[in-house]
Amino acid sequence: MRRVLIGLFALAAFLVVARVTWAQDGGPVTDDEVNRVAKQLYCPVCENIPLDVCPTQACTQWRATIREKLVAGWSEQQIKDYFAAQYGERVLAAPTSDGFTVLVWIIPPIAVIAGAVGLWAFMRRAVQSAPTAASTPSDGEAEIDPYLARLEQELERRR
Amino acid sequence: MLAFLGYLSLVLALACAIYATVTAIVVIRKPDAAALESARRAAFLPFLLLTLSSLCLIALLVTEHFEIGYVAEVTSRAMPIYLRVTALWGGQAGSLLFWAWLMSGFTGVAMLRKWDEDRELMPAVIVATMVTLGFFVGLVIFIENPFALMWQTTTGEIVQAMLQPAATLPFTAQDGRGLNPLLRHPGMIIHPPMLYLGFVSFVIPYAFAMAALWNRRTDASWIQTTRRWTLVGWLFLSLGLILGGRWAYDVLGWGGYWGWDPVENASLIPWLTATAFLHSVMIQEKRGMLKKWNMVLIILTYALVIFGTFLTRSGVLSSVHAFAQSAIGPLFFAFIGITFVISMALLFREWDHLRSDAQIDSLLSRESAFLLNNLLFVGITASVFWGTIFPMISEIVTGQKITVGPPFYNQVAGPQFAALVLLMGVAPLLAWRKASAQQLGRMLMIPFAVSLVVVIVLVVLGITNPGALLGFWITALVGGTTVLEFVRGTAARMRTSRENAFVAISTLMARNRRRYGGYIIHLGVVLIAIGVVGTSFYQQETQGRLTPGEQMTLGRYVMVYESLDEFMMEDNRQVARAVVGVYRDGQRVGELYPRRDFYFDSQQPMTIPGVRSSIEDDFYVLLVDWEEIGASGATFKVYLNPLVNWIWAGGIVFILGTLIAAWPDAQERRRTVLAAAPVRP
Repeated sequence: MRRVLIGLFALAAFLVVARVTWAQDGGPVTDDEVNRVAKQLYCPVCENIPLDVCPTQACTQWRATIREKLVAGWSEQQIKDYFAAQYGERVLAAPTSDGFTVLVWIIPPIAVIAGAVGLWAFMRRAVQSAPTAASTPSDGEAEIDPYLARLEQELERRR
Repeated sequence: MLAFLGYLSLVLALACAIYATVTAIVVIRKPDAAALESARRAAFLPFLLLTLSSLCLIALLVTEHFEIGYVAEVTSRAMPIYLRVTALWGGQAGSLLFWAWLMSGFTGVAMLRKWDEDRELMPAVIVATMVTLGFFVGLVIFIENPFALMWQTTTGEIVQAMLQPAATLPFTAQDGRGLNPLLRHPGMIIHPPMLYLGFVSFVIPYAFAMAALWNRRTDASWIQTTRRWTLVGWLFLSLGLILGGRWAYDVLGWGGYWGWDPVENASLIPWLTATAFLHSVMIQEKRGMLKKWNMVLIILTYALVIFGTFLTRSGVLSSVHAFAQSAIGPLFFAFIGITFVISMALLFREWDHLRSDAQIDSLLSRESAFLLNNLLFVGITASVFWGTIFPMISEIVTGQKITVGPPFYNQVAGPQFAALVLLMGVAPLLAWRKASAQQLGRMLMIPFAVSLVVVIVLVVLGITNPGALLGFWITALVGGTTVLEFVRGTAARMRTSRENAFVAISTLMARNRRRYGGYIIHLGVVLIAIGVVGTSFYQQETQGRLTPGEQMTLGRYVMVYESLDEFMMEDNRQVARAVVGVYRDGQRVGELYPRRDFYFDSQQPMTIPGVRSSIEDDFYVLLVDWEEIGASGATFKVYLNPLVNWIWAGGIVFILGTLIAAWPDAQERRRTVLAAAPVRP
């Protein structure tokens, strides 16, 4: 049912635009140009399948709409904005970085930087409080495995 | 009859799990060897009972028992036998049973192990595993019962129940709806079991970790005991991820192998924390450090494994994978929350006892490299997790659903992955405790020079994208340092033992499986990274409508549309199959058959690509559309995926390395015994 509705919506949109298309003189639009825009959009029914490869009827209609818009001389951004306004922001492959959705973009870098700062502080503290006796380089693996110790010695001698 | 037998064994399995849990708790409070033995046997029984239950369901699936709701949902008369067997995990209820069955297998094996040295851990291990198993079996019994029969009410409605509800008549479907076509692929037969095996096997190290906490054992013995479990679980999880990628590439028909789909993320996230865990336990084993952190990682991995199952099984997201949806979400959510809080509470109780035996001696050391590795793994985990759950958060907060797709993950996780691969090349060169910068510089010199030459050659060949150049530089450097590790070891061995190169390298690896297995895994990652850089930066695509005899060009390839046939297959699908000739540099290199299958029972189309593979690239053709009448014109979408086969080759190397690292090793056993001896200051 939803698919049918979306199909009808798309058809209505198509008819509205089609008048514009006929009124203006656009050059021929290739499938590749349509796909370049479609790749960046997701239809609300077939979630997680980009529009350029989605085989459903509704998505075919959407691609037709994109084609009409391109023929009418719309820019990529205009078309994306149009779909976002019509069907909600979920049609965009990634959220915009304004309003609430800015959180999706800024939280991971903040978390990673905070983690890095925390780790740095932890290591500084650990190194400062470490006994000075540890200043001789050694190999923990070598301590456990006599074979590796021999190997490492051998490597040392070759240098 | 079979349905009741299957259901009864489910109920008995739950009873065993509950009995084992309760008895083990009693034993914890008041030690009793006989009661513990009884709990152990009860914890083993669910494996036999769930095996019986699964066999019952398979028998029902194979023999067209369409009075069973699940059978009618996932099979149809036209489906071949092997697909009916795999339909066991083709739908919600069956896959939960399958999950529980695999888990009972793992816990069963754990119960059979020799418990001489760590018998005091057993009660808590039984509690942790049986609570998890009981939860899943309970879900299968009470919420998602694959054995439920169908009944028709007087209003014509179909309800599912084991026993006949009042005012209903038995109902049998004429034919089933059939398995989702996306799942009718060899890759799908093997991919979910691998992933599930990977998921369930992490329950064992988690259970041992909890038992160690409960018994206040602060040494690394729980890590050594579960090392092989962890590696085997990790092996299956990795295999599941690689096979999933291959399946997506072969079946989903969008020219790629990884789409950052929430369900893909659900299986990647526990893999990330498990990988961090595999690395950081080495510090605990060698230096007695990071005890708390390792506990955190295994608790996180366990929680994320359940969370992954929750994401795929609860229908909280709808995506290509979430075939089934039901109301089990809140239960899962509560289970994850409760187990997480209890685990963390246990950890905090022991917080002060889990002090490090040693200190970090230098900022430039193997220890600090491992810490950085953990930071990056956890950073990627957090980023991917955040992106995966953000649409739900957005929906709750603003009421608007949004898509968090590939652009987000590429920008946020991409650089972290690149840093991780770079670290992977440098870290093994750092000495434990304290490394010297000069020594590091000396060891990096040759690989660095080689990597610069690679970059110069690539620039000369016309590769100018800075991102791609950075990616190839990192892979060349890391590949170089890793190969050099083998060369150094082999050369030293040849000198000391006067062996030839072949014998030297095999002895070297045989005596240090863990170390060199790890390096082979790293080489696999390098190969995968090369493939990822190639496909991410240089994938080309084009689409066009051709009439027979017409051609289209992409890169060095020319494709000629020759013909198209439409025919019915006996498994009730209509196939439209095109024949295209492929030419490379003017030479005919083969014929491809891209096709579109339409499954009547489930009313779903499938786009199967025609692919010509070589080490250099894949020429990947999709049949997008065609004219039904006369079948003259057809629209094709064509991808050129450079270096994509390096990913699959890298996957094989990766798995090989894991097998080498996990293979039982007499030497290691001796070392473990030595290390277990109390030598702590």
